[in-house]
Amino acid sequence: MEYIDYYKVLGITKSASEDDIKKAYRKLARKYHPDLNPNNSEAEKKFKEINEANEVLSNPDSRKKYDEYGKDWKHAEQFEQQKKQQKQDQQQGNYGQSSGGGFGGEDYSDFFESMFGGGSTKGRGAKVKYKGQDFNAELQLDIKDVYTTQKQTLTVNGKNIRITIPAGVKNGQVIKISGYGGEGMNGGPNGDLYIKFSILNNTRFKLDDESNLHSTIELDLYKALLGGEIMVDAFDSKVKLNVHPETQNGTKVKLKGKGFPIYKKEGSFGDLYITYSITLPKNLTEKEKELIGELAKLRTP
Amino acid sequence: MTTEEFISLNQLSEYYEIEISFFSGLSEIGLIEIQTIEQVPHIHRDTISEIEKMIRMHRELNINAEGIDTVLNLLEQIDELQRELTIARNRLSLYED
Repeated sequence: MEYIDYYKVLGITKSASEDDIKKAYRKLARKYHPDLNPNNSEAEKKFKEINEANEVLSNPDSRKKYDEYGKDWKHAEQFEQQKKQQKQDQQQGNYGQSSGGGFGGEDYSDFFESMFGGGSTKGRGAKVKYKGQDFNAELQLDIKDVYTTQKQTLTVNGKNIRITIPAGVKNGQVIKISGYGGEGMNGGPNGDLYIKFSILNNTRFKLDDESNLHSTIELDLYKALLGGEIMVDAFDSKVKLNVHPETQNGTKVKLKGKGFPIYKKEGSFGDLYITYSITLPKNLTEKEKELIGELAKLRTP
Repeated sequence: MTTEEFISLNQLSEYYEIEISFFSGLSEIGLIEIQTIEQVPHIHRDTISEIEKMIRMHRELNINAEGIDTVLNLLEQIDELQRELTIARNRLSLYED
């Protein structure tokens, strides 16, 4: 358990007046308040620290005790006695639940609890009901997994949660599962669980925001010139495609409804865009060179 | 519409030990909707968690109703920018190998 320098936490000196403490606390509280920094666990941690520092330093009695024994708290006999007394008081229910820290179950550091017991050192009027902490989780899925709707069981903080992941969920998309976050305080509602999806795509298809898929396929010179039928890969099937004669390099064709499922629109799909990349033959034989030369002459004015 | 779905401002004010004028101020700038049922001002219970957030901002950060409105607008903008950033990142990944 480490000693916590509450003066440092609030960025003030030991000689700070009550007014200085109040000002420093308010300034930092405005910066790190969880309502102003949603889903920011670092800010939440910092907010708890400054609350704890303020709780101690804004109360003249606890500040005196902290100043006197702070660094040597482990060896102060008197301290231990006070601690025992506090424990007894707590068992008799003399301490109320704090409303100062606000978020999450562990509002005070071990250091604080060793010095001042588990509860708040000062009252604060009515107990404010706090919504529990929101939890954030990231779920990594393969693009093939989100091509169809599926159910998954996740374990979050020891609780098993069965969720349905609708087909077509996007990379970076966040879904909210109400009530599966931290427990509320003073009868407040539980927090929510936010799951961010990270979709891995190792396929040849690129997925855009409109659920369209994009793919580039190689087309040989003669098929591009003369046209004909080819088989191309769609995401989960093969599709027969008619290549028009004299197809140019970079030509894009759209296969309607052969793209990715549209999120929460069952049976609806984006389109598949195929771009032709025309490949030229290599290692030409003498005969081929001769014939291509003939062709070239036909096109020369 | 049943009264069970609503909480009176008097109850809220007593419970949170906060003056009723605070809620009136929030209502005046459109942050909450006060409905009068049998001549008693009420708020809908679905809005309670949002109102609690405003109470915390007021009580813990000394922010008045106008300040809360500004903060909520800015948070909304941050949220929108983060959404756009995610879309832009996804779009960018289309051009990356």
